[in-house]
Amino acid sequence: MGCIENLKYEKILPLGASFKECREYVEKNFQEFWYVDPGYKLFDEYIIGLPPIALGIDGARIIFPYTKPCHGTYLLAIEDAEEAARVRKTARKKK
Amino acid sequence: MTDQTEKPMTATALLVLGCPEVPVQQALALHIAYNFRKRGTIVHATGNPAVLNLLKVSDPEKRYLQETQVLEKCIGEIVEKKRDCELCIVFSHSDAGITYAATMRHLLPTARLVVIIFGKDPEPLAALIEFPCEKIVEKAVHNPMQLRKKVNEVFGWAA
Repeated sequence: MGCIENLKYEKILPLGASFKECREYVEKNFQEFWYVDPGYKLFDEYIIGLPPIALGIDGARIIFPYTKPCHGTYLLAIEDAEEAARVRKTARKKK
Repeated sequence: MTDQTEKPMTATALLVLGCPEVPVQQALALHIAYNFRKRGTIVHATGNPAVLNLLKVSDPEKRYLQETQVLEKCIGEIVEKKRDCELCIVFSHSDAGITYAATMRHLLPTARLVVIIFGKDPEPLAALIEFPCEKIVEKAVHNPMQLRKKVNEVFGWAA
């Protein structure tokens, strides 16, 4: 996979979660969440998914779905204050 | 010779392949590539390294598939407008496959999108699709014959 595999990440939901489950989890469990469309660049990767894709932010942590063809989607968190600030500037609040 | 009743030729087709754990996918991918190629359509296949290696081993002289590319790079090129297609065919036998199909729908809004939903239990997967596309749905794991028949019908190819 791409560079996300090389970053220090925390699994929030395990592999095999559905994309819908990931979106609902972000919306229910994080006070701050944003929406982006497929093709949005995050950590130098193009994010894929069913639009709108929900990204959670908790301080400097970004919570986002990541899909692998063989396993499905899982939700992970990566701490990066600069990237979190960029999401706040470029993502949208409304679905 | 091609069937006189078949649908108009497409100049570029993109095959988006899922995880190779379901055998019919590879057979159908080569079948589709063969049929498009003989009609003059450029076929580009994308998937993870495992599925692309299976195709490369099966087609060492690239008679069917001339161009292959890993999924992340292909998606990047589509987002950056370096790659386009008139037809996109996505193989889906899991939730991940539907996710890729939804991504292609968003990134290629004017392309004809055909999603082939197969595997042990394709109906619930097909029900997840809420975006505009043509669906080919068939319970198929090892035997590609019924799925091939449906694919031929959709593209107007004689059996």
